[in-house]
Amino acid sequence: MSRGRRNAAAVALALAMAPHPPAGAQADARRSGYEFMGAATQAMQRDDAQNPAMLWVAEGEALWKRREPGVERSCADCHGEARTAMRGVAARYPAIEASSGRPVTLAQRISTCRADRQRGVAYALESEPLVSLEAYIAMQSRGLPLAPPADARLAEARRRGGALFRQRVGALDLACTQCHDELAGRRLGGSPIPQAHPTGYPIYRLEWQAVGTLERRIRGCYTGVRAQPPAIGSAELVDLQVFLAARAAGMIVESPGVRP
Amino acid sequence: MRVLTSSVRRILFALCAATLPTAYAQAPAVAPYAVTGAAIVAPLGGLTGDALRGRAIVVDRQVGMCLLCHPGPFPEERFQGNLAPDLASIGRRLDAGQLRLRIVDSRRVNPETTMPAYHRIDGRMRVAPAWSGRPLLTAQQVEDVVALLATLRD
Ligand code: HEC
Ligand code: HEC
Repeated sequence: MSRGRRNAAAVALALAMAPHPPAGAQADARRSGYEFMGAATQAMQRDDAQNPAMLWVAEGEALWKRREPGVERSCADCHGEARTAMRGVAARYPAIEASSGRPVTLAQRISTCRADRQRGVAYALESEPLVSLEAYIAMQSRGLPLAPPADARLAEARRRGGALFRQRVGALDLACTQCHDELAGRRLGGSPIPQAHPTGYPIYRLEWQAVGTLERRIRGCYTGVRAQPPAIGSAELVDLQVFLAARAAGMIVESPGVRP
Repeated sequence: MRVLTSSVRRILFALCAATLPTAYAQAPAVAPYAVTGAAIVAPLGGLTGDALRGRAIVVDRQVGMCLLCHPGPFPEERFQGNLAPDLASIGRRLDAGQLRLRIVDSRRVNPETTMPAYHRIDGRMRVAPAWSGRPLLTAQQVEDVVALLATLRD
Protein backbone atom coordinates (compact mmCIF):
# COMPACT_ATOMS: atom_id res chain seq x y z
CA MET A 1 0.00 0.00 0.00
CA SER A 2 1.43 3.43 -0.96
CA ARG A 3 2.00 5.96 1.77
CA GLY A 4 -0.86 8.11 0.39
CA ARG A 5 -3.29 5.19 0.41
CA ARG A 6 -2.20 4.22 3.93
CA ASN A 7 -2.74 7.77 5.21
CA ALA A 8 -6.12 7.94 3.55
CA ALA A 9 -7.11 4.65 5.17
CA ALA A 10 -5.95 5.89 8.58
CA VAL A 11 -7.98 9.07 8.19
CA ALA A 12 -11.06 7.10 7.13
CA LEU A 13 -10.68 4.87 10.19
CA ALA A 14 -10.27 7.79 12.55
CA LEU A 15 -13.40 9.41 11.07
CA ALA A 16 -15.37 6.20 11.43
CA MET A 17 -14.42 5.93 15.11
CA ALA A 18 -14.93 9.56 15.99
CA PRO A 19 -18.37 10.49 17.32
CA HIS A 20 -20.43 12.17 14.64
CA PRO A 21 -20.30 15.94 14.94
CA PRO A 22 -23.62 17.46 15.91
CA ALA A 23 -25.61 18.71 12.92
CA GLY A 24 -24.63 22.22 11.90
CA ALA A 25 -21.26 21.99 13.59
CA GLN A 26 -19.30 21.79 10.33
CA ALA A 27 -17.23 24.89 9.79
CA ASP A 28 -19.37 27.55 8.08
CA ALA A 29 -17.14 29.25 5.51
CA ARG A 30 -19.61 32.10 5.02
CA ARG A 31 -18.41 35.51 6.14
CA SER A 32 -20.27 38.81 6.24
CA GLY A 33 -18.80 41.70 4.24
CA TYR A 34 -18.11 43.21 7.67
CA GLU A 35 -15.25 40.75 8.16
CA PHE A 36 -13.51 41.91 4.98
CA MET A 37 -13.40 45.58 6.07
CA GLY A 38 -10.65 47.55 7.79
CA ALA A 39 -10.80 48.08 11.55
CA ALA A 40 -11.88 51.72 11.28
CA THR A 41 -14.87 50.91 9.06
CA GLN A 42 -15.82 48.02 11.34
CA ALA A 43 -15.74 50.32 14.36
CA MET A 44 -17.95 52.79 12.50
CA GLN A 45 -20.55 50.07 11.98
CA ARG A 46 -20.34 48.68 15.52
CA ASP A 47 -20.87 51.98 17.29
CA ASP A 48 -24.29 53.56 16.69
CA ALA A 49 -22.91 56.94 17.73
CA GLN A 50 -20.42 56.76 14.84
CA ASN A 51 -22.56 54.95 12.27
CA PRO A 52 -23.78 57.58 9.79
CA ALA A 53 -26.70 55.29 8.83
CA MET A 54 -28.28 56.13 12.20
CA LEU A 55 -29.28 59.52 10.75
CA TRP A 56 -31.41 57.68 8.18
CA VAL A 57 -32.75 55.38 10.89
CA ALA A 58 -33.87 58.41 12.92
CA GLU A 59 -35.61 59.81 9.86
CA GLY A 60 -37.27 56.42 9.31
CA GLU A 61 -38.51 56.38 12.89
CA ALA A 62 -40.06 59.82 12.47
CA LEU A 63 -41.77 58.70 9.25
CA TRP A 64 -43.05 55.55 10.97
CA LYS A 65 -44.93 57.72 13.43
CA ARG A 66 -45.88 60.67 11.25
CA ARG A 67 -49.43 61.05 9.97
CA GLU A 68 -48.76 63.14 6.90
CA PRO A 69 -51.34 65.55 5.52
CA GLY A 70 -53.63 63.68 3.12
CA VAL A 71 -52.43 60.28 4.33
CA GLU A 72 -55.01 58.45 6.40
CA ARG A 73 -52.93 56.58 8.95
CA SER A 74 -49.31 56.44 10.01
CA CYS A 75 -47.42 53.14 9.91
CA ALA A 76 -47.60 53.14 13.72
CA ASP A 77 -51.40 53.58 13.64
CA CYS A 78 -51.72 50.13 12.06
CA HIS A 79 -48.63 48.30 13.33
CA GLY A 80 -47.91 49.89 16.72
CA GLU A 81 -44.39 49.83 18.12
CA ALA A 82 -41.85 48.97 15.42
CA ARG A 83 -39.54 47.48 18.04
CA THR A 84 -41.95 44.60 18.55
CA ALA A 85 -44.17 44.63 15.44
CA MET A 86 -41.27 44.77 12.98
CA ARG A 87 -38.89 42.46 14.84
CA GLY A 88 -37.78 39.74 12.41
CA VAL A 89 -39.62 41.17 9.42
CA ALA A 90 -36.58 42.30 7.41
CA ALA A 91 -34.91 38.93 8.13
CA ARG A 92 -37.49 37.11 6.02
CA TYR A 93 -37.64 39.38 2.97
CA PRO A 94 -37.93 39.08 -0.03
CA ALA A 95 -41.25 37.33 0.61
CA ILE A 96 -44.31 36.39 -1.43
CA GLU A 97 -46.87 39.17 -1.66
CA ALA A 98 -50.33 37.70 -1.09
CA SER A 99 -52.14 39.82 -3.68
CA SER A 100 -49.82 39.12 -6.62
CA GLY A 101 -48.27 35.81 -5.55
CA ARG A 102 -44.89 37.24 -6.55
CA PRO A 103 -41.76 37.84 -4.47
CA VAL A 104 -41.28 41.43 -3.33
CA THR A 105 -38.52 43.20 -1.45
CA LEU A 106 -39.07 44.90 1.88
CA ALA A 107 -38.87 48.26 0.09
CA GLN A 108 -41.60 47.21 -2.35
CA ARG A 109 -43.74 45.97 0.55
CA ILE A 110 -43.38 49.30 2.38
CA SER A 111 -44.23 51.18 -0.78
CA THR A 112 -47.39 49.10 -1.29
CA CYS A 113 -48.50 49.71 2.32
CA ARG A 114 -48.09 53.38 1.77
CA ALA A 115 -50.12 53.38 -1.46
CA ASP A 116 -52.92 50.96 -0.47
CA ARG A 117 -53.34 51.00 3.28
CA GLN A 118 -52.36 54.58 3.94
CA ARG A 119 -53.94 55.91 0.76
CA GLY A 120 -50.93 58.05 0.05
CA VAL A 121 -48.67 58.35 -2.92
CA ALA A 122 -46.38 55.30 -3.10
CA TYR A 123 -42.76 56.07 -2.30
CA ALA A 124 -40.48 55.82 -5.30
CA LEU A 125 -38.03 52.95 -4.95
CA GLU A 126 -34.63 54.21 -3.77
CA SER A 127 -36.15 57.52 -2.62
CA GLU A 128 -34.75 58.95 0.60
CA PRO A 129 -37.89 58.42 2.74
CA LEU A 130 -38.28 54.83 1.59
CA VAL A 131 -34.60 54.00 2.23
CA SER A 132 -34.95 55.62 5.68
CA LEU A 133 -38.03 53.58 6.58
CA GLU A 134 -36.33 50.45 5.30
CA ALA A 135 -33.27 51.18 7.46
CA TYR A 136 -35.47 51.71 10.52
CA ILE A 137 -37.39 48.48 9.93
CA ALA A 138 -34.27 46.47 9.05
CA MET A 139 -32.66 47.58 12.29
CA GLN A 140 -35.46 45.88 14.24
CA SER A 141 -34.06 42.54 12.99
CA ARG A 142 -30.51 43.22 14.09
CA GLY A 143 -28.95 40.15 15.69
CA LEU A 144 -31.53 37.73 14.24
CA PRO A 145 -30.61 35.06 11.68
CA LEU A 146 -31.70 35.61 8.07
CA ALA A 147 -34.76 33.37 7.74
CA PRO A 148 -36.14 33.21 4.19
CA PRO A 149 -39.61 31.60 4.25
CA ALA A 150 -40.13 28.12 2.82
CA ASP A 151 -42.43 28.68 -0.16
CA ALA A 152 -42.41 26.93 -3.54
CA ARG A 153 -42.81 30.26 -5.35
CA LEU A 154 -39.71 31.60 -3.58
CA ALA A 155 -37.85 28.42 -4.52
CA GLU A 156 -38.61 29.20 -8.16
CA ALA A 157 -37.36 32.77 -7.76
CA ARG A 158 -34.26 31.47 -5.99
CA ARG A 159 -33.53 29.16 -8.92
CA ARG A 160 -33.84 32.03 -11.39
CA GLY A 161 -31.71 34.27 -9.18
CA GLY A 162 -29.04 31.58 -8.95
CA ALA A 163 -28.92 31.35 -12.73
CA LEU A 164 -28.40 35.13 -12.91
CA PHE A 165 -25.63 34.83 -10.32
CA ARG A 166 -23.81 32.33 -12.53
CA GLN A 167 -24.44 34.18 -15.80
CA ARG A 168 -21.42 35.87 -17.35
CA VAL A 169 -22.40 39.41 -18.33
CA GLY A 170 -21.05 42.67 -19.67
CA ALA A 171 -18.07 43.64 -21.78
CA LEU A 172 -15.85 42.05 -19.10
CA ASP A 173 -17.92 38.88 -19.44
CA LEU A 174 -17.80 38.01 -15.73
CA ALA A 175 -20.34 36.30 -13.48
CA CYS A 176 -21.09 37.21 -9.86
CA THR A 177 -20.00 33.73 -8.78
CA GLN A 178 -16.51 34.18 -10.23
CA CYS A 179 -15.75 37.05 -7.89
CA HIS A 180 -17.97 36.26 -4.91
CA ASP A 181 -17.58 32.46 -4.68
CA GLU A 182 -14.25 31.74 -6.35
CA LEU A 183 -12.23 34.88 -5.62
CA ALA A 184 -13.73 36.16 -2.36
CA GLY A 185 -10.96 37.29 -0.02
CA ARG A 186 -8.61 38.18 -2.90
CA ARG A 187 -8.02 41.82 -3.77
CA LEU A 188 -9.56 43.54 -6.77
CA GLY A 189 -7.41 46.65 -7.01
CA GLY A 190 -7.33 47.85 -3.43
CA SER A 191 -10.58 46.21 -2.29
CA PRO A 192 -10.94 42.77 -0.76
CA ILE A 193 -13.73 40.93 -2.60
CA PRO A 194 -16.50 40.05 -0.11
CA GLN A 195 -18.80 37.02 -0.45
CA ALA A 196 -21.80 39.22 -1.33
CA HIS A 197 -24.01 38.35 1.63
CA PRO A 198 -26.97 40.70 2.15
CA THR A 199 -26.46 40.85 5.93
CA GLY A 200 -26.09 44.60 6.42
CA TYR A 201 -28.65 46.24 4.13
CA PRO A 202 -29.51 48.99 3.72
CA ILE A 203 -25.91 50.16 4.20
CA TYR A 204 -24.15 53.45 4.61
CA ARG A 205 -21.52 53.28 1.88
CA LEU A 206 -18.56 55.62 2.24
CA GLU A 207 -18.28 55.79 -1.55
CA TRP A 208 -21.92 56.90 -1.83
CA GLN A 209 -21.82 59.20 1.20
CA ALA A 210 -25.36 57.95 1.78
CA VAL A 211 -27.48 55.01 2.80
CA GLY A 212 -28.46 52.81 -0.13
CA THR A 213 -30.10 49.50 -0.84
CA LEU A 214 -28.93 46.05 -1.86
CA GLU A 215 -30.38 46.74 -5.31
CA ARG A 216 -28.16 49.77 -5.70
CA ARG A 217 -25.12 47.75 -4.61
CA ILE A 218 -25.90 44.91 -7.05
CA ARG A 219 -26.46 47.35 -9.91
CA GLY A 220 -23.03 48.80 -9.12
CA CYS A 221 -21.45 45.38 -9.73
CA TYR A 222 -23.28 45.09 -13.07
CA THR A 223 -21.97 48.51 -14.07
CA GLY A 224 -18.50 47.46 -12.92
CA VAL A 225 -18.40 44.60 -15.41
CA ARG A 226 -19.75 47.01 -18.06
CA ALA A 227 -23.14 45.33 -18.23
CA GLN A 228 -26.57 46.90 -18.57
CA PRO A 229 -27.89 46.62 -14.97
CA PRO A 230 -31.43 45.30 -14.37
CA ALA A 231 -33.88 48.09 -13.49
CA ILE A 232 -34.62 48.96 -9.85
CA GLY A 233 -37.55 46.83 -8.70
CA SER A 234 -37.34 44.51 -11.72
CA ALA A 235 -38.16 40.82 -11.36
CA GLU A 236 -34.53 40.00 -12.12
CA LEU A 237 -33.20 42.08 -9.25
CA VAL A 238 -35.80 40.63 -6.86
CA ASP A 239 -34.90 37.08 -7.95
CA LEU A 240 -31.21 37.80 -7.32
CA GLN A 241 -32.06 39.04 -3.83
CA VAL A 242 -34.15 35.94 -3.12
CA PHE A 243 -31.13 33.86 -4.15
CA LEU A 244 -28.73 35.90 -1.99
CA ALA A 245 -31.06 35.64 1.03
CA ALA A 246 -31.21 31.84 0.70
CA ARG A 247 -27.44 31.66 0.22
CA ALA A 248 -27.01 33.63 3.46
CA ALA A 249 -29.81 31.88 5.43
CA GLY A 250 -28.91 31.70 9.11
CA MET A 251 -26.32 34.50 8.93
CA ILE A 252 -26.91 37.32 11.38
CA VAL A 253 -28.60 40.59 10.36
CA GLU A 254 -26.34 43.56 11.15
CA SER A 255 -28.37 46.37 9.56
CA PRO A 256 -27.70 49.17 9.13
CA GLY A 257 -24.22 48.20 7.96
CA VAL A 258 -21.32 50.39 6.89
CA ARG A 259 -19.29 49.46 3.81
CA PRO A 260 -16.38 51.13 2.02
CA MET B 1 -27.24 38.59 -29.12
CA ARG B 2 -24.71 36.65 -31.18
CA VAL B 3 -22.58 38.76 -33.41
CA LEU B 4 -21.43 37.53 -36.82
CA THR B 5 -18.49 35.16 -36.74
CA SER B 6 -15.28 36.83 -37.78
CA SER B 7 -15.08 35.07 -41.16
CA VAL B 8 -18.61 36.17 -42.11
CA ARG B 9 -17.81 39.63 -40.88
CA ARG B 10 -14.68 39.73 -42.99
CA ILE B 11 -16.64 38.80 -46.12
CA LEU B 12 -19.32 41.41 -45.41
CA PHE B 13 -16.66 43.96 -44.77
CA ALA B 14 -14.97 43.15 -48.05
CA LEU B 15 -18.33 43.51 -49.81
CA CYS B 16 -19.06 46.85 -48.19
CA ALA B 17 -15.59 48.08 -48.95
CA ALA B 18 -16.10 47.16 -52.60
CA THR B 19 -19.52 48.76 -53.02
CA LEU B 20 -19.65 51.74 -50.67
CA PRO B 21 -17.84 55.05 -50.85
CA THR B 22 -14.56 54.91 -48.91
CA ALA B 23 -15.98 56.93 -46.02
CA TYR B 24 -18.03 53.89 -45.00
CA ALA B 25 -15.20 51.42 -45.34
CA GLN B 26 -13.86 51.80 -41.81
CA ALA B 27 -11.68 49.18 -40.18
CA PRO B 28 -13.80 46.48 -38.53
CA ALA B 29 -14.07 46.70 -34.73
CA VAL B 30 -12.25 43.41 -34.30
CA ALA B 31 -9.21 42.59 -36.41
CA PRO B 32 -9.09 39.12 -37.96
CA TYR B 33 -6.41 36.79 -36.64
CA ALA B 34 -5.26 33.18 -36.78
CA VAL B 35 -4.47 31.05 -33.72
CA THR B 36 -1.60 28.60 -34.10
CA GLY B 37 -0.89 26.44 -31.10
CA ALA B 38 -1.48 28.68 -28.07
CA ALA B 39 -0.44 31.85 -29.88
CA ILE B 40 -1.39 34.52 -32.38
CA VAL B 41 1.91 34.83 -34.20
CA ALA B 42 1.16 37.74 -36.55
CA PRO B 43 0.60 41.23 -35.09
CA LEU B 44 -3.06 42.30 -35.37
CA GLY B 45 -3.63 44.26 -38.57
CA GLY B 46 0.13 44.16 -39.20
CA LEU B 47 0.43 46.96 -36.61
CA THR B 48 3.55 47.75 -34.57
CA GLY B 49 3.18 48.11 -30.80
CA ASP B 50 4.71 50.79 -28.63
CA ALA B 51 5.77 49.73 -25.12
CA LEU B 52 5.40 53.21 -23.62
CA ARG B 53 1.82 53.54 -24.83
CA GLY B 54 1.30 49.97 -23.63
CA ARG B 55 2.45 50.91 -20.18
CA ALA B 56 -0.08 53.75 -19.99
CA ILE B 57 -2.84 51.32 -21.02
CA VAL B 58 -1.84 48.65 -18.49
CA VAL B 59 -1.74 50.99 -15.48
CA ASP B 60 -4.98 52.79 -16.41
CA ARG B 61 -7.84 51.47 -14.28
CA GLN B 62 -10.45 52.43 -16.87
CA VAL B 63 -8.60 51.35 -20.02
CA GLY B 64 -6.46 48.25 -19.45
CA MET B 65 -7.72 47.55 -15.92
CA CYS B 66 -4.88 45.01 -15.68
CA LEU B 67 -3.71 46.02 -12.20
CA LEU B 68 -7.21 45.54 -10.78
CA CYS B 69 -6.42 41.82 -11.00
CA HIS B 70 -2.65 41.46 -11.56
CA PRO B 71 0.22 42.70 -9.46
CA GLY B 72 3.04 44.05 -11.61
CA PRO B 73 6.31 46.01 -11.57
CA PHE B 74 4.69 49.45 -11.49
CA PRO B 75 5.83 50.78 -8.11
CA GLU B 76 3.97 54.08 -8.45
CA GLU B 77 0.66 52.21 -8.71
CA ARG B 78 -0.73 51.43 -5.28
CA PHE B 79 -3.76 49.17 -4.86
CA GLN B 80 -2.78 46.38 -7.21
CA GLY B 81 -4.95 43.28 -7.29
CA ASN B 82 -3.76 39.84 -6.25
CA LEU B 83 -6.15 37.48 -7.98
CA ALA B 84 -4.04 36.82 -11.10
CA PRO B 85 -0.37 35.97 -11.84
CA ASP B 86 2.32 38.62 -11.27
CA LEU B 87 3.25 40.33 -14.54
CA ALA B 88 6.83 40.99 -13.40
CA SER B 89 8.60 38.32 -15.47
CA ILE B 90 5.84 37.63 -18.00
CA GLY B 91 8.08 38.56 -20.96
CA ARG B 92 10.45 35.73 -20.07
CA ARG B 93 7.71 33.14 -19.65
CA LEU B 94 5.64 33.92 -22.76
CA ASP B 95 6.67 35.09 -26.24
CA ALA B 96 4.88 37.84 -28.17
CA GLY B 97 2.50 35.44 -29.94
CA GLN B 98 1.46 33.77 -26.67
CA LEU B 99 1.00 37.14 -24.99
CA ARG B 100 -1.13 38.35 -27.92
CA LEU B 101 -3.55 35.41 -27.65
CA ARG B 102 -3.91 35.91 -23.90
CA ILE B 103 -4.84 39.57 -24.35
CA VAL B 104 -7.08 39.05 -27.39
CA ASP B 105 -9.05 36.12 -25.96
CA SER B 106 -7.66 34.34 -22.92
CA ARG B 107 -10.67 31.97 -22.99
CA ARG B 108 -8.95 30.21 -25.88
CA VAL B 109 -6.31 29.19 -23.34
CA ASN B 110 -8.61 28.58 -20.35
CA PRO B 111 -12.39 28.69 -20.98
CA GLU B 112 -13.06 29.21 -17.24
CA THR B 113 -10.69 32.15 -16.77
CA THR B 114 -11.74 35.41 -15.14
CA MET B 115 -9.43 37.30 -17.48
CA PRO B 116 -11.60 39.31 -19.90
CA ALA B 117 -11.20 38.85 -23.66
CA TYR B 118 -9.87 42.26 -24.72
CA HIS B 119 -10.34 41.97 -28.46
CA ARG B 120 -13.51 39.98 -28.91
CA ILE B 121 -17.13 41.11 -29.15
CA ASP B 122 -19.11 37.99 -29.96
CA GLY B 123 -20.85 35.82 -27.35
CA ARG B 124 -21.17 38.57 -24.75
CA MET B 125 -24.47 39.12 -22.89
CA ARG B 126 -26.12 42.25 -21.59
CA VAL B 127 -23.28 44.53 -22.62
CA ALA B 128 -23.71 48.17 -21.54
CA PRO B 129 -24.68 50.30 -24.56
CA ALA B 130 -21.43 52.26 -24.44
CA TRP B 131 -19.51 49.02 -25.08
CA SER B 132 -21.73 47.20 -27.51
CA GLY B 133 -20.00 46.33 -30.76
CA ARG B 134 -16.72 47.58 -29.35
CA PRO B 135 -13.87 45.46 -27.94
CA LEU B 136 -12.18 46.46 -24.67
CA LEU B 137 -8.97 47.27 -26.54
CA THR B 138 -8.45 48.15 -30.22
CA ALA B 139 -5.98 46.21 -32.35
CA GLN B 140 -3.41 48.98 -31.89
CA GLN B 141 -3.89 48.98 -28.10
CA VAL B 142 -3.46 45.20 -28.00
CA GLU B 143 -0.17 45.52 -29.88
CA ASP B 144 0.97 48.28 -27.51
CA VAL B 145 0.21 46.09 -24.47
CA VAL B 146 2.01 43.10 -26.03
CA ALA B 147 5.05 45.31 -26.69
CA LEU B 148 5.09 46.43 -23.04
CA LEU B 149 4.61 42.92 -21.62
CA ALA B 150 7.50 41.60 -23.75
CA THR B 151 9.79 44.05 -21.90
CA LEU B 152 8.78 42.74 -18.44
CA ARG B 153 11.63 40.31 -17.83
CA ASP B 154 12.15 40.74 -14.08
C1 HEC C 1 -15.06 41.69 -10.89
C2 HEC C 1 -15.49 41.29 -9.58
C3 HEC C 1 -16.96 41.32 -9.21
C4 HEC C 1 -18.04 40.83 -9.90
C5 HEC C 1 -18.06 40.12 -11.24
C6 HEC C 1 -19.21 41.11 -9.08
N1 HEC C 1 -18.84 41.75 -7.94
FE1 HEC C 1 -20.06 42.19 -6.35
N2 HEC C 1 -18.46 43.09 -5.39
C7 HEC C 1 -17.16 43.12 -5.85
C8 HEC C 1 -16.34 43.86 -4.91
C9 HEC C 1 -14.83 44.13 -5.05
C10 HEC C 1 -17.21 44.28 -3.87
C11 HEC C 1 -16.86 45.08 -2.61
C12 HEC C 1 -16.06 46.27 -2.83
C13 HEC C 1 -16.87 47.43 -3.23
O1 HEC C 1 -17.60 47.94 -2.38
O2 HEC C 1 -16.76 47.83 -4.40
C14 HEC C 1 -18.54 43.76 -4.20
C15 HEC C 1 -19.67 43.90 -3.38
C16 HEC C 1 -20.86 43.23 -3.59
C17 HEC C 1 -21.95 43.18 -2.63
C18 HEC C 1 -21.95 43.81 -1.23
C19 HEC C 1 -21.49 42.84 -0.18
C20 HEC C 1 -21.50 43.44 1.21
O3 HEC C 1 -20.82 42.89 2.08
O4 HEC C 1 -22.16 44.42 1.47
C21 HEC C 1 -22.97 42.46 -3.20
C22 HEC C 1 -24.30 42.13 -2.59
C23 HEC C 1 -22.51 42.07 -4.53
N3 HEC C 1 -21.24 42.54 -4.72
C24 HEC C 1 -23.27 41.34 -5.45
C25 HEC C 1 -22.85 41.04 -6.75
C26 HEC C 1 -23.70 40.46 -7.76
C27 HEC C 1 -25.15 40.07 -7.57
C28 HEC C 1 -22.94 40.35 -8.90
C29 HEC C 1 -23.33 39.90 -10.28
C30 HEC C 1 -24.30 40.67 -10.97
C31 HEC C 1 -21.61 40.82 -8.57
N4 HEC C 1 -21.60 41.26 -7.27
C32 HEC C 1 -20.51 40.80 -9.45
C33 HEC C 1 -16.68 42.52 -7.00
C34 HEC C 1 -17.47 41.90 -7.97
C1 HEC D 1 -10.70 40.45 -14.07
C2 HEC D 1 -9.37 39.96 -13.89
C3 HEC D 1 -8.26 40.22 -14.88
C4 HEC D 1 -7.99 41.36 -15.61
C5 HEC D 1 -8.73 42.68 -15.61
C6 HEC D 1 -6.80 41.06 -16.38
N1 HEC D 1 -6.38 39.79 -16.14
FE1 HEC D 1 -4.76 38.84 -16.98
N2 HEC D 1 -5.24 37.11 -16.02
C7 HEC D 1 -6.23 36.99 -15.06
C8 HEC D 1 -6.17 35.66 -14.50
C9 HEC D 1 -7.08 35.12 -13.38
C10 HEC D 1 -5.12 34.98 -15.17
C11 HEC D 1 -4.65 33.55 -14.91
C12 HEC D 1 -4.78 32.64 -16.08
C13 HEC D 1 -6.12 31.95 -16.17
O1 HEC D 1 -7.06 32.29 -15.47
O2 HEC D 1 -6.22 31.03 -16.97
C14 HEC D 1 -4.58 35.93 -16.12
C15 HEC D 1 -3.51 35.65 -16.98
C16 HEC D 1 -2.82 36.60 -17.70
C17 HEC D 1 -1.63 36.33 -18.48
C18 HEC D 1 -0.95 34.97 -18.60
C19 HEC D 1 -0.14 34.78 -17.33
C20 HEC D 1 0.60 33.48 -17.26
O3 HEC D 1 1.38 33.36 -16.32
O4 HEC D 1 0.41 32.62 -18.11
C21 HEC D 1 -1.22 37.53 -19.01
C22 HEC D 1 -0.01 37.78 -19.90
C23 HEC D 1 -2.15 38.54 -18.57
N3 HEC D 1 -3.12 37.94 -17.79
C24 HEC D 1 -2.09 39.89 -18.86
C25 HEC D 1 -3.09 40.83 -18.59
C26 HEC D 1 -3.09 42.19 -19.07
C27 HEC D 1 -1.95 42.84 -19.85
C28 HEC D 1 -4.26 42.75 -18.68
C29 HEC D 1 -4.85 44.11 -19.02
C30 HEC D 1 -4.81 44.54 -20.40
C31 HEC D 1 -4.97 41.76 -17.89
N4 HEC D 1 -4.23 40.60 -17.87
C32 HEC D 1 -6.19 41.95 -17.27
C33 HEC D 1 -7.13 37.95 -14.68
C34 HEC D 1 -7.24 39.24 -15.22
